[in-house]
Amino acid sequence: MRRRSALFGAIVLMLSACSAPSQGPSGAPAATRDTAVLGLGSEPDSLNPVLGYSVDGGSLMYDGLVRRTPDLKLQPALAESLPEVEGTEVTFRLRQGVTFHDGRPLTGADVAYTYAQVLDPANNSPIRGDYAAIEKVESPDARTVVFRLKHPYAPILQRTTLGIIPDKSDISGNPVGTGPYTFVSWAKGDKITLRVNDRYWGERPAIRNLVLAYTTDDNARATRMAAGEFTATELPPKAVARFRNQQGVTVHEVPSADYRGVMFPLERPVTGDLAIREALGLAVDRGAMVSAILAGAGEPAYGPIAPGTDWHNPAVTGSAAPDRARATATLEKAGWKTGADGIRVKDGTAARFTLMYPAGDSLRKELALAVASDAKQIGIDVRLAGLDWDAIDQRLSQDALIMGWGSPYDPDYTNFELFHSAYAGQGYFNPGHYRNPEVDRLLERGRGTADAAARKQVYDQVQQRISDDAVWLYLVYLKHTYVVRGNWSGLTPGVEAHEHATGGLLGTVVNWKPAP
Amino acid sequence: MRIVLWRLAFAVPLLLAVTFAMFALAKASPFDPVRQYLGERAMVTDPWITAEIRANWGLDRPLLEQYTTWLGNLLTGDLGESRSLRLPVAQVIGERLGWTLLVVGCALVVMLVAGLAAGTLAAWRRDSWLDRLVTGTAFTNEAAPVFWVGLLAIWVFSVTLGWLPAGGLTDAASTTVTLPDLARHLVLPVAVLAFSQSSWLLLFVRESVIGVLREDFVTGARARGLRPRTVLLRHALRSALLPFVTIMGARVPELVTGAILVESVFSWPGVAGTTIKAALAVDFPLLAALTLLATVAVVAGNLLADLAYTVADPRVRVLGVS
Repeated sequence: MRRRSALFGAIVLMLSACSAPSQGPSGAPAATRDTAVLGLGSEPDSLNPVLGYSVDGGSLMYDGLVRRTPDLKLQPALAESLPEVEGTEVTFRLRQGVTFHDGRPLTGADVAYTYAQVLDPANNSPIRGDYAAIEKVESPDARTVVFRLKHPYAPILQRTTLGIIPDKSDISGNPVGTGPYTFVSWAKGDKITLRVNDRYWGERPAIRNLVLAYTTDDNARATRMAAGEFTATELPPKAVARFRNQQGVTVHEVPSADYRGVMFPLERPVTGDLAIREALGLAVDRGAMVSAILAGAGEPAYGPIAPGTDWHNPAVTGSAAPDRARATATLEKAGWKTGADGIRVKDGTAARFTLMYPAGDSLRKELALAVASDAKQIGIDVRLAGLDWDAIDQRLSQDALIMGWGSPYDPDYTNFELFHSAYAGQGYFNPGHYRNPEVDRLLERGRGTADAAARKQVYDQVQQRISDDAVWLYLVYLKHTYVVRGNWSGLTPGVEAHEHATGGLLGTVVNWKPAP
Repeated sequence: MRIVLWRLAFAVPLLLAVTFAMFALAKASPFDPVRQYLGERAMVTDPWITAEIRANWGLDRPLLEQYTTWLGNLLTGDLGESRSLRLPVAQVIGERLGWTLLVVGCALVVMLVAGLAAGTLAAWRRDSWLDRLVTGTAFTNEAAPVFWVGLLAIWVFSVTLGWLPAGGLTDAASTTVTLPDLARHLVLPVAVLAFSQSSWLLLFVRESVIGVLREDFVTGARARGLRPRTVLLRHALRSALLPFVTIMGARVPELVTGAILVESVFSWPGVAGTTIKAALAVDFPLLAALTLLATVAVVAGNLLADLAYTVADPRVRVLGVS
């Protein structure tokens, strides 16, 4: 009997837990002018800068020693001014009167702790490799921070956009920073809620409440945007079409440094032949790729440094339309003669190679198909292989691959690892085994020289050499597309990075003000 | 009580076998947890850092050693760190278990009430058009995958009619969880889960009520002039319910799978949906704990069914099992 009533009691409990009040407000509350909802695609794994959250600035809860303006210039943030970068010692003076969200004043110890946590192998920080040039960070007194480097490293200032966390804080705990927004809550897999930091040392944002809503699926994000749930969202180029002529919403196309290209294994018979690589560079129809595959949201690419950034070398260029006559002439001159089946042959070797792409990435798949059909036109047979990354890993040194890289911040970023012979065959760094002593020297000089004009010359030469050697076949630069509801001032687009972590244009939300 | 002890004694090797099998599968899988952990940054991370992370996680150790380490930590109450969520596993489960229990609990109640009502109705009006409609729907539903039913419901009620939210726990713009908001978001996941799990129950109830209605004592009750409704509720349903309790326990695995699919379709922040994410991210500390949890749920479900049976049916107790 007692057991039966217990069972009954449990059922009653369950029922009462589910009974809901009969009336509730219907419809989603419209975002007011001091609340914005940003629809983002990929949720961060962690909100801690030490574990890689938003390291390149645009973080809403943290400040770095320096920060970037939309046109990618560096400004002092937690530092009082931009220090001189010379040799292996860089000293920052900290801004006075800055406090963390929990009220603690910022001191040099916090900065030293943040960098020590990134460099500590036990934390498994995904960004540790970016800070490999740092020997250690010391704080001789509360207002001074000294970076000791293993070797002269010009991009060190660019790296100090890393958000600063309080000394001795737990890196898996709640986020505490000094930034314009404070953390309120995080419903994992759903959204992050932020509130304005009233004690912010800089200009306080106009938007007081910020919701970062995460929806992985592009179509679902477009639907939620159309339904009025979002103030702004990021969408792929093909999905923004429906918003182009809508009342009250604006479509923004923002250039990026994010390129896609073909990585060639240079130690293989066919792809190792310069004539083959040059001919492919002439034969691919980049213009068609931009218009058909990217729905117009992109630009042809001819090198690893994006046009629109200070470091781009305008001498390295090409034509968006294919030049088959020149491509064919190049092949003929190098001794690649058309065989019986239409495929060219040289010394008994057929002009045939495999091009891999990650199977889940439809954009790369379409680019691979386009490359193969353009190559066919000049008698080169490209076999496609859609694989997952774990399979691609095993074949990097044998087969070509559609890859994507690109950073607008510093020409040393990724390019050192991609083209320096010391990195040949190191995972995805220089998988093609490119070895050129002159490029090695240039890259080392570019990294070790502080003077901007001298660096510019060095990287212009690097771009020229890489283009001459046709190390890669660069195809397109992507544009990132956004949809924004309402009239805002302060939406300033700049050239964006490969990663979407900060939400690119949406990361400028701190500067948005309702337009009158 | 003996039955409980027996069951528990049996559960321990079962749990060991399940978790070990999971570790073995993990070891054999071609996916690299470190790559998943690094995500977009996998490309720009030095191979020597990758190797260090691997060593930190003990992935370079032999399988048996990895498993015994995990088991040892488990026994001391340490479930380890979730790699994909960068949080202690215990915290992840703690934060999410409640939401799953809420959906599953509500769905169970809805499913029992609706299944019993519809099943009895169909039995009572046997061979009418209503009966055909109910059983036809049930058969179709039994054949339809849960995620498909979920997507269909989203398409009809959220996209086309716009009555209910398509997913999530609360509206995007809301900063706190309020009851009305939560209730609106609960409707679809609960309804879909209940609906998808109720076919077998409905058909079972229908069959057994039809069977009981034919039995002597019911016919006798009718002959004594009792009202049809009394006959149905007092006699027929009561004896039909007994086997149902046992079957209920056996259906727990289906319920677990159903919950996993429903949570991921409706982006519900519970533990079930997290299972898929953990598997995709090759997040083994989390996946191992969730597998353990699901196995425990299945074992406990069966045990509860047996206990409920002894409570419900006096004859079982007479046989001296309890």
